[in-house]
Amino acid sequence: MSVPHVLLALLSEGPKYGLQLREEFEAGTGEVWPLNVGQVYKTLGRLERDGLAESDDAGQEGPQKRFRITADGRRALADWLRTPPDLTAPPRDELVMKVLVAARVPGTDAHAVIQEHRLYLLELMQQWTRLKEGEARDDLSLALVVDAEIFRLDAVIRWLDAADVRLARAAAAPPRPAAAPDPAPRLRRLGARR
Amino acid sequence: MSRPEPGGDAMSVLELRGVSKTYGQEPTAVRALAGVDLSVRAGEMVAVMGPSGSGKSTLLTIAGSLEDPDSGEVRVCGLPLAGMPRKRKARLRRRVIGYVFQDFNLLPGLTAAENTALPLELDNVPVRKARAAGLAALAALGVADRAGWFPDQLSGGERQRVAIARAVVGDRRLLLADEPSGALDSVNAGDVMRLLHEACQRGVAAVVVTHDAQLAAWADRIVLLRDGRMTGQTTRPPGPESLLMPRETR
Repeated sequence: MSVPHVLLALLSEGPKYGLQLREEFEAGTGEVWPLNVGQVYKTLGRLERDGLAESDDAGQEGPQKRFRITADGRRALADWLRTPPDLTAPPRDELVMKVLVAARVPGTDAHAVIQEHRLYLLELMQQWTRLKEGEARDDLSLALVVDAEIFRLDAVIRWLDAADVRLARAAAAPPRPAAAPDPAPRLRRLGARR
Repeated sequence: MSRPEPGGDAMSVLELRGVSKTYGQEPTAVRALAGVDLSVRAGEMVAVMGPSGSGKSTLLTIAGSLEDPDSGEVRVCGLPLAGMPRKRKARLRRRVIGYVFQDFNLLPGLTAAENTALPLELDNVPVRKARAAGLAALAALGVADRAGWFPDQLSGGERQRVAIARAVVGDRRLLLADEPSGALDSVNAGDVMRLLHEACQRGVAAVVVTHDAQLAAWADRIVLLRDGRMTGQTTRPPGPESLLMPRETR
């Protein structure tokens, strides 16, 4: 996540102090992303150096210093909001790796491995849902963060379901003759872009 | 209602023990349930998840006494369903069990209030008393102002609220729901689950069948079915506070 841009977004509402920025950052991200005050001042220092933010008084240090966004900062913020994050390469997901490995290790019941992960993920989803039911009910930022997490976990569970079916189908089908090696497998190409 | 017979779990509103059900004859017989044990306590919401054909809907129809198992025992509020005369079973269904269906199943010619009071009226509760209970149920679900509206005048979310009100009206103890959010979008579907969960917090036991993990996550416990067998269930997860950052480290 881009801390500098979230700080710029907060400064776009008006000049603010460092401590205030930290509090508003945490409130604005549903309090699920912690940010320590050192990180805030370090980031503000960089924003100032790059001309994206400026402080009231260059002489003062620490909590007395008030920051405001510059015109360049507003442009950088607007650009960032409209620039899609890089999702082209598949992430190196540990769970995907575990299932791939479970399918290969002799004597391992891949379905049982999948089931354990499925139950764990469902329990996590239950926790997030309780948060949605309670605190997130009147907190829009938290509700959005919780929804995002629930959708992410849901996608992983769906993938596990699909993997379960695929593995069962592969076990039932006779093995196919080995194909000639693909000179440029697509996944490898994707991976190389990372 | 007669007293619970000894042998059941006193706290369980619904108890299934070794329940099996097979449809058709060999060699084409389909085993829908194979030795399923499930106990649901008052105030507890259990979600049953599984791929299609896993036995979810059969479990629900057997729990709702709409179908008999081939073997095993089913108790509702401690009462064994096996051998229960048809009339008593029907009365149990009207008084104790509420159903929520995927497509709401509201009668189009009746208003929301009339739909909600219908199960009580069918059970010979005096009309005025039934209507009052119906209005109270609509109010609990936040749709009291729609009492005089007909189903086709209601939004999808409102229709499902009325359907839930009808399912919990009076003194229902067991709520059975089959994909209760139907075709609602995820936010409205979440609202439906929230309402079902709130009904459980008022002491109702619920079994919700769904293939959707997001909806199942509203439940206190999630049971996984596959090929008619229970393959696992969640243990009670820790509270949501464990997801939030520890404040002292900030």
